Amino acid sequence: MKAALRDAGLSALVALGLFGAMVGLRTDVGIGTSKLTINPQPLAVAIIVAVVFLGRLGLVLWAQHKAAAAPVAKKPSHMPALGRYVAPAMLLIAATLPLYSSRYIIDVGVLVMTYVMLGWGLNIVVGLAGLLDLGYVAFYAVGAYSYTLLATTFGLSFWICLPIAGILAAVWGMILGFPVLRLRGDYLAIVTLAFGEIIRLVLINWRDFSGGSAGIASIPKITFFGLVFADRPGGFDDFFGFEYASIHGKIFLYFVILALALLTNWASLRLRRLPIGRAWEALREDEIACRSLGINTTNTKLTAFALGAFFGGLAGSFFAVKQGFVSPESFTFNESATILAIVVLGGMGSQIGVAFAAVFLIGGFELLRELGWLKTFMATTFGMTDFDPAQYRGLLFGLAMVVMMVLRPRGFVSTRSPSIFLKERKAVSGDLVKEGHG
Amino acid sequence: MAYALQQLINGITLGMIYGLIAVGYTMVYGIIGMINFAHGDVFMIGAFLSLISFILLGIAGITYVPLALFLTLLFAAAISALYGWAIERIAYRPLRGSFRLAPLISAIGMSIALQNFAQVSQGARDKNLIELIPGGFDIFQQDGFVVQLTWMQIVITIVTLTLLGGFTWLVTKTPLGRAMRACEQDMKMTALLGIDVNRTISLTFVIGASLAAVAGMLFLLYYGSINFYIGFNAGVKAFTAAVLGGVGSLPGAVIGGLAIGLIEAFWSGYASVEYKDVAAFSVLIIVLIFMPTGLLGRADVEKV
Repeated sequence: MKAALRDAGLSALVALGLFGAMVGLRTDVGIGTSKLTINPQPLAVAIIVAVVFLGRLGLVLWAQHKAAAAPVAKKPSHMPALGRYVAPAMLLIAATLPLYSSRYIIDVGVLVMTYVMLGWGLNIVVGLAGLLDLGYVAFYAVGAYSYTLLATTFGLSFWICLPIAGILAAVWGMILGFPVLRLRGDYLAIVTLAFGEIIRLVLINWRDFSGGSAGIASIPKITFFGLVFADRPGGFDDFFGFEYASIHGKIFLYFVILALALLTNWASLRLRRLPIGRAWEALREDEIACRSLGINTTNTKLTAFALGAFFGGLAGSFFAVKQGFVSPESFTFNESATILAIVVLGGMGSQIGVAFAAVFLIGGFELLRELGWLKTFMATTFGMTDFDPAQYRGLLFGLAMVVMMVLRPRGFVSTRSPSIFLKERKAVSGDLVKEGHG
Repeated sequence: MAYALQQLINGITLGMIYGLIAVGYTMVYGIIGMINFAHGDVFMIGAFLSLISFILLGIAGITYVPLALFLTLLFAAAISALYGWAIERIAYRPLRGSFRLAPLISAIGMSIALQNFAQVSQGARDKNLIELIPGGFDIFQQDGFVVQLTWMQIVITIVTLTLLGGFTWLVTKTPLGRAMRACEQDMKMTALLGIDVNRTISLTFVIGASLAAVAGMLFLLYYGSINFYIGFNAGVKAFTAAVLGGVGSLPGAVIGGLAIGLIEAFWSGYASVEYKDVAAFSVLIIVLIFMPTGLLGRADVEKV
């Protein structure tokens, strides 16, 4: 107990050092001058230090308690059941969502589905092939700008542009991938990061091509076999004899992104069973072993990279048609990091885990924004009048990635279902799968 | 000619700052073989701490510039060192021996968290500081163009060279430096010989973080304006410098930093300012593809 108190006290002291200046001494522009002044926040520091002290104390005591108790044999995981029952249930909820939801929920649903699709697309690269791609948003941008430029310059419809955008993104994936995929894992991550930034900077500065940082507005809306969603003769509602409602367009968009996401899911599930998918997973586990077994690692990586880019391009194209406006602001590194956080927290390789992570991380924060009592609580307790949960999103994502890596590096849904098996399929716990160095 | 000389001076100053950050990358990579993605954000935290310290000193009435610089340097370096230690302890140490991508993902998470932490705690706006070291002197004049060397640039150069000199002495001559170099070669063997490996790695992070904090202070003084996002660009450029010089090599990091600073200055001066970051990132890609060992690095042998 005494040792635990000492440990917690030390942690609190470190926390005071870390946060005392950065949190406690907020620099603000003074009233009536342009000079900066210090705006002290002693309460915030006190709360953080207290939380660190109590948290550390609890952690140490719990660890002592656990060490004293007799070791218990680990129960086998029930995770495989999750896939069998939860996935169809989730699909059912997703498919029937527009029937009983408000306009706002459908909007959130479209947003969440976009991230589910991006997560599944990136999952092919990161989760299956084990290539860390920090510039995934570049392909999202290629898809969005492909549709925008093709539609505004040549007047092509969304349904023609969608596959073109995907293919263009895949081509960019190959152009980037061909030279860099020979690099080691961490160097590859940095190169993809640099590539993502280059694409964004070019979009900002090449004004004749992309409209610069002002972006491109008035992108043509989505159509249903040529029928526009508008209140006029020849529109969707007029043709089918419905009474016009602007929500019909939203519902259609929702089903489009749901279909695209399911396409991504279906493709990656099928690909996992093909030789190429097995090669991806083998590559993730041990690159040198792969090479000595005669697998062409460059081509294997390139297909994963191009396919991931393809789905990113499709999602980007959908993003452009949904927003009706694109600008480089939407394709920052933060976006890549968000998608990566979804894949990492979903368990890198688990389809249902990624879907869960997207629903919680994106949908959860959207709903948190709407909670009025949280705002009043923060305003009355901490005096934060301008509290917005979205501000804390990045902070939480970052910390969640660290905690995830420390506690469950293989993800929440960490059982692996082997693609190849003898006689019967046995689930392998992620803890047992040790990875080689590649 | 005069213009080129001016760009040379600017480029060297910028390169000094990148070099200071790059040393932190190269040391950590040398010892535990991971890219400390959060290093650029420690630099940003260092810049914010310097800003806070300068304002506090201004309120306290300490206006003698050398003293204020010295006190701020100590303050920012000390607190940033604590950040470096805490980051290693929380996010990297538990992952030693985990799978290949785990430390990198953890580092990216830490970087995102630090960036947003600064945004939440200090606000998203640009913070401006008045010029503390104004003036300079003209070196020569040609066709009406005056080549100027500011006092600020001289201070940056002197501080950087002093710190790097001290650091080189630390690595080559002291027991700690010997332990660090031993860890770099073979961590298990070093541990068997009775050296506290964890302590050595922690100290590496502490030293790297304090150098980055000094770079942050110099950046704040040189540009007079910082925000929570500066760590990203500076971090990527300093990493480029580390790779260009050869990861794991200290003189390489400084040479790489100077090279990146010069490329950026001359590109802005002669090609286009808008594409200066594109130039730096392209250099990174080209170097990694064609010379992954850099200028002074050793070839990396892959072992099973």
